[in-house]
Amino acid sequence: MLLALRKRADIANPLLFFVTVLALLPLGVGPEPDLLAKMAPGMIWVMALLATMLSQESLFRGDFEDGTLEQLALLPQPLYFAVLAKSLVHWIATGLPLALLSPLLALMLNLPTEGYFCLFVSLFLGTASLSLIGAIGAALTVALRRPGLLLALIVMPLYVPVLIFGTGAVQAAIDGYAYSAQLAILAALLAAAAALAPLAAAGAIRISLDN
Amino acid sequence: MAWQWFHRLGSPRWFYQKTSGWLPWLALVSIVLLAAGTVWGLGFAPEDAKQGNSYRIIFIHVPAAFLALAGYYIMAISGAIGLIWKMKLSFAVMRAAAPIGAVLTFISLFTGAVWGKPTWGTYWVWDARITSMLILLFLYIGVMALSQAVSREQVADKASALLALVGTVNIPIIYKSVDWWFTLHQPATIRLTESSSIDPSMFYPLLIMIIGFYCLYAWTLLTHTRTLLLRREIRTQWAQQELAGEN
Repeated sequence: MLLALRKRADIANPLLFFVTVLALLPLGVGPEPDLLAKMAPGMIWVMALLATMLSQESLFRGDFEDGTLEQLALLPQPLYFAVLAKSLVHWIATGLPLALLSPLLALMLNLPTEGYFCLFVSLFLGTASLSLIGAIGAALTVALRRPGLLLALIVMPLYVPVLIFGTGAVQAAIDGYAYSAQLAILAALLAAAAALAPLAAAGAIRISLDN
Repeated sequence: MAWQWFHRLGSPRWFYQKTSGWLPWLALVSIVLLAAGTVWGLGFAPEDAKQGNSYRIIFIHVPAAFLALAGYYIMAISGAIGLIWKMKLSFAVMRAAAPIGAVLTFISLFTGAVWGKPTWGTYWVWDARITSMLILLFLYIGVMALSQAVSREQVADKASALLALVGTVNIPIIYKSVDWWFTLHQPATIRLTESSSIDPSMFYPLLIMIIGFYCLYAWTLLTHTRTLLLRREIRTQWAQQELAGEN
C-alpha cells in the first residue's frame, strides 16, 4: 500500500494547492501584516482542510477500479485494518507534510511567533483525524462516477469539530492563554476517529461494493 | 409473542394499513393545537419587557428548532434499525425524515434571522448555535444528496443510513453549543430538571406549539413514508389494491 508514495505528483499536488491558495490570500485581502496575522490561523486551517479533502477522493478509487478493494474485502483480516492503513498512508502523504510546512507559511502570513508550535501540533493531530473522517466519505462515494462535490458536502460537516478546536488552540496560543486543553481535545478526537472512523468506512466500502 | 409487533413492523403492508387510521386524528390534533397555540401566543400572551412584540416569533422558532434536532435522531435511529435488521420500512422512514428535517432546520434559521434583525440588529452572526444549525442543514442535505446520487435503491438506503449515523456525532455538539460557548444566542430557557427562566404565561402557549409541531411532524412523516412505501412496493399486490381503492 505504500506504493502510493511512488506517485510523486499525488503528494506534491495537495501541498502545492495549499501553498498556492495561501499565496492568493494576501493578493485578495491586501498585504497588511496586521490583517494577515489575524486571519492566519483560520486560513491555514481551512486550507489544510481543503487540501486534505481534495486528495481524499482518490483514496480508494484506484483500488476500486482495478478490483483490489474487493480482494481486500474478501481477506480474512478485518477490513478495518486495511482502511486504517490506507488512512495512515494518506495522512503521511498529505497531512504530515502540511504540518511540517506550516511554520514556514505562518511566517509568510506574519503569524505571531507564539503560535508556531501550537499550529504545528494542532495540524499534526488534526489532519490525521481529517484523513480518518474523510475515509468514510471516500468509501461512501467510491462507486459513484463523479463524487467530487458530493464528497465535499458529506465530509465538510464532519470536519467542523476538528476545525473549531484546531483554530481555537492556535488563537489561544497567540493570545497568550493556555492551549493544552484544545490540543487534548484534538488528540481525543483523533483517538475516537482512529477507533470508529475505519469501522464506519469499512462498512461503507462493503455497501459501495454491493453497487 | 412480545416481539410480534416488531416483526409486523417490518412489513410495509401492515404499516400502511395500520397508519391509515391514525392520519386524520393526527392532522386534527395538530391543527387544533397549532391554532390554539398561535392564537394564544400571538394574541393573548403578554408582551416581553425588553423585546416588545418581536419575541412572539419564538412560538414558531423554538418548536421548529426542537424538531430539527429530534428529526435528525429519528432519521439516524431508523437508519440504524434498517442497517441492523434490514427492515424496508425503517429505510423508508429515514428517507422521508431527511427533507422534512431540512425544511424545519431552514425554518428555524429563517425565523431566527427575522427575529435577529430587530433584536440583535443583524440578520446573521457567526454565533455557535447559528453556525451549528447551518451545519445541521448541510448534514441533512448531504444525506439527501447521497441517497439521490446512488442509483440502486438498496445501496442508497444503506449508504445514507451510514452517513446519518456518522453525523449524529455532531448533534450533541449542536444541542449543547449555547451552554458551552456563551455567545450571542441565549442559553436554553426551557429546562426539564430545573425551573425554566420563562414566565408561565409565555411558556404554556409555547408548550402547546411544541406539542402541535410534534403532531404535525408525525403526520408529515407518516404521509411521506406511506407515499414512499407505495412507490417502492408498486409491483406488489397490496399496493395495487390500495391504489385501486383510493382512486
